[in-house]
Amino acid sequence: MSESFDALRDLYQDVILDHGRHPRHAGRLAAFDATAKGDNPMCGDRVQLWLKYAPDGRIEKTGFEARGCAISVASADLMAEIVAGTPVEDVRALFSAFREMAKHGDGPDAAVAPGGKLAEKLERLRPLAGVHEFPSRVKCATLPWHALIAAIEGTQETSSE
Amino acid sequence: MNMHDTTGMARLRADFPILTQRVHGRDLIYLDSAASAQKPRAVIEAMRVTMETQYANVHRGLHWMSERATDAYEATRDDVARLLNAPDRAEIVFTRNSTEAINLVAHSYGRGVLRPGQAVLISEMEHHSNIVPWQMLRDAHGVGLRVAPVTDAGELDLAAFEALLADGTVGLVAITHMSNVLGTVTPADRLVRIAHAHGAKILLDGSQAIVHRRVDVQALDADFYVFTGHKLYGPSGIGALWGRRALLEAMPPFLGGGDMISSVTFERSSWAQVPHKFEAGTPAIIEAAGLSAAIRYVEAVGYDAIGAHEARLTDHALARLAAVEGVDILGRAQDRGGVVSFTLANAHAHDVATLLDRQGIAVRAGHHCAEPLMRRFGLDSTARASFGVYTTEAEIEALAAGLERVREFFA
Ligand SMILES: Cc1ncc(COP(=O)(O)O)c(C=O)c1O
Repeated sequence: MSESFDALRDLYQDVILDHGRHPRHAGRLAAFDATAKGDNPMCGDRVQLWLKYAPDGRIEKTGFEARGCAISVASADLMAEIVAGTPVEDVRALFSAFREMAKHGDGPDAAVAPGGKLAEKLERLRPLAGVHEFPSRVKCATLPWHALIAAIEGTQETSSE
Repeated sequence: MNMHDTTGMARLRADFPILTQRVHGRDLIYLDSAASAQKPRAVIEAMRVTMETQYANVHRGLHWMSERATDAYEATRDDVARLLNAPDRAEIVFTRNSTEAINLVAHSYGRGVLRPGQAVLISEMEHHSNIVPWQMLRDAHGVGLRVAPVTDAGELDLAAFEALLADGTVGLVAITHMSNVLGTVTPADRLVRIAHAHGAKILLDGSQAIVHRRVDVQALDADFYVFTGHKLYGPSGIGALWGRRALLEAMPPFLGGGDMISSVTFERSSWAQVPHKFEAGTPAIIEAAGLSAAIRYVEAVGYDAIGAHEARLTDHALARLAAVEGVDILGRAQDRGGVVSFTLANAHAHDVATLLDRQGIAVRAGHHCAEPLMRRFGLDSTARASFGVYTTEAEIEALAAGLERVREFFA
């Protein structure tokens, strides 16, 4: 049996199991500048997030509430960790690179080429790259990011469909 | 058919070619029959033979091939009438699936017969396909929508159900005959009696029930009954509505087009007789051949054998799953069919499904198109194992063992 679970270890790396079980950024922020909900109607995953900007326009803090699988919770938590202190344009670039990685397993793409300033952040998302082998789970990983972008843009609701 | 020993089951399983497939290097253990059942060779063959030897459009040609195709298509109507013990073959309307059958009734009976101010009564354990069409009717036509609650055990709350009918404004009850989430079989005959006593007609959603139980619409005394072919070992793309002839005749058509008219001028058209009035456009000709074979297959296995087999499997599954630490089974109805929904502590249903899948075990995870029911139980998803004629006790054992591994993985 262990051989079939080896592939699963790529999907459920310890980092993911850990963040999925004990998210550090779970919870609504008492004071926030923007909020948005993400919804994956196909599987019922839901996330709401709140974000607060620093005076210089960078993201200061993100908090979230998620009802979903280990992948979506871990992804939301890792995202919250990584975007803290990041300017909004970089968040967009990270999202598109991360989306590539989640879909295809590789990346970072040109936007955040190795050695580029976002490479280190993207590397911390690498444990989620395993979802590319599970097409139905890619949306679990990208849902919190869709919600984050929606919050930034003031859209408030998004869906990962 | 002998379904209580391994030789009998091996013979039956050999009827289903897909069961020899391997998934992630393991034998496929298909526990998702409630979403859609696998197909016996007889169904596959019937569809192939139709395409190879007697295919043409139906009700249209005067040529030999079209006549043969029409005969075969109409013979499936007889099969469905026999399956449901309908008194009149003209009461069988072919649809694409249950969803379309319910939409047909919501549209044609809902707008054509029900009046604004009347209400439709559904239950908390309906599939979205038996919720949304009634909401659309409510919003477009001013027909109210009431919802009968389910108990913590996952059974319909009969007292509340009756109370919701008491003021006599409910014109139609639309309710499942078996829940696709809880496995609960509803006491359809009692529901019919209660509905009729309060002047309401009743539609039963038999999508799940007919897979597990013999259905007799006359004994039930129902008014409408719907089911979908693909869950009954038939092809996707065909389902049926049974309705009492007088009701069907009083209803305006659903879709307009070819085959459903008796005459068309630019000023007006007149409708064909039932059931053709409700069958606009070229129907699922090939699928009808498949459905006929599926019905014959189920009849050959026999509902007594199917019922006994599934009761055995379900009891076994309930006992085995309950023994896995952290497993919580949703739904404890007295009368139930071969569907078991559950949650596992510390693991989301999707993660459970992915880990089981890697062991070759196909279960469904999610809200099962029954979000309000999930909410009723304070959940957003469950994993669900569901059984068919080909399911074996060994597969239930594999599920229980697989769940133990999932539990360890997330421990
Ligand atoms: C109880 C119930 N009703 C209705 C449906 C809808 O069936 P279909 O999608 O074939 O229309 C299903 C299955 O999905 C079901 O389980």
